[in-house]
Amino acid sequence: MEVPDQRLPAATFEDLALPLFDQLYNFAHWLTQDRVEAEDLVQETYFKALRGFASFQAGTNFRAWMFRILRNSFLTTRAGLKATVAYDEEEHEADASASGPTPESILLEQANREILRQALEELPLPFREILLLCEVEEMSYQEIAETLGIPLGTVMSRLSRARKALRGLLQQKLRGERHGV
Amino acid sequence: MACEAWREKLDAYVDGELAPSEASALSAHMRECAACAAEALQRVQMKRAVAAAGKRYEPSAQFRARVAKSVSTKRRWKMRWQWLVVAVPAVMVLVVSILVNLSVQREKALGRRVYSELTDLHVAALASATPVDVLSTDRHTVKPWFEGKLPFTFNLPELQGSEFTLLGGRVTYLEQTPGAHLIYQLRKHRISVFIFPEQSGQLTQLPSGPVSALSFNLQSWTQNGLRYFVVGDVSADDIQALSKLLHNAG
Repeated sequence: MEVPDQRLPAATFEDLALPLFDQLYNFAHWLTQDRVEAEDLVQETYFKALRGFASFQAGTNFRAWMFRILRNSFLTTRAGLKATVAYDEEEHEADASASGPTPESILLEQANREILRQALEELPLPFREILLLCEVEEMSYQEIAETLGIPLGTVMSRLSRARKALRGLLQQKLRGERHGV
Repeated sequence: MACEAWREKLDAYVDGELAPSEASALSAHMRECAACAAEALQRVQMKRAVAAAGKRYEPSAQFRARVAKSVSTKRRWKMRWQWLVVAVPAVMVLVVSILVNLSVQREKALGRRVYSELTDLHVAALASATPVDVLSTDRHTVKPWFEGKLPFTFNLPELQGSEFTLLGGRVTYLEQTPGAHLIYQLRKHRISVFIFPEQSGQLTQLPSGPVSALSFNLQSWTQNGLRYFVVGDVSADDIQALSKLLHNAG
């Protein structure tokens, strides 16, 4: 059934897209780890989204649509391909059962934020991106599912694995730091 | 439910994705179970830490401007139309006000020129040894004298009962147009009355009403296609009184 689009005065692309600029850039920089590449990626995202705006279905999630375009664009770059090649989620589950102070309590100290940043950078792309979407963008599971193009159940399981992996990585780093110093 | 089963749901709980009934059940469980509560706290702390660490990169202002510009065609057009809505009337107001201003300026310039010419004629006539060509206090003498000298005719007022006296008249020229120049006397002052055909040149554009020019008082109006000017060094009220007499006669 055709629903005439009369509910809202048609929002222009830029009205919808420009408020997402900072978020998209931050996400792009986390994916690419490079300012110039992040800028290229964001530029490409806006370009593609503007061109494809007619095909965007009003009423669906615009933010998820934009993030999805950005992510798909990234995956076609060389860095993106490298990040996803032969990646097995199960393999990356770090052992988080070691004893000692919990990473969470240590992260409360400002000085340890740098360790968290490094850990996030080292996380495999699927874990890094889902954590960013969930914690930084505060997306709902549904939005994450739309952005990543995966089922809701996969969102939950991957998020759980990502958190465990991050925790394990942090514990490793914190232990190493302690031994190292 | 066992703690193990609850732990499975902790992520959804801290992410606010648990159904309300389940969430309140888990809350109730955590009030009883310190281990699960501590685990939930850890996850919230980690969420916050990641959120803080993840908000890290900011785009440069130049880059922001570049992208904004690249997607702003639509708005710029919209803006242009919105501008037109404002700009067109604004420009029209400006143009009209400039035109009005110009015509006011022209009117003023014209007024200054005509008034100073009339006062010159007035002063020149008074200074002349023969200020009038027809010397008569009788309007019935003065008026016919102009016949054949001017391409128009006019009526002059009966002055009995007024302070004014007619001294006489002469033919004069304003902007190459012949007209009547009458001289009246009030006490020791002499007042000039000029009558010109209205259609002569720019006189039509001249505003009516009293003016004060070079310390002369001047009154001007249009009547029956004729332009009247009353000029003198008497008060504006006296000028007005004579104007009224002429107007009523015309």
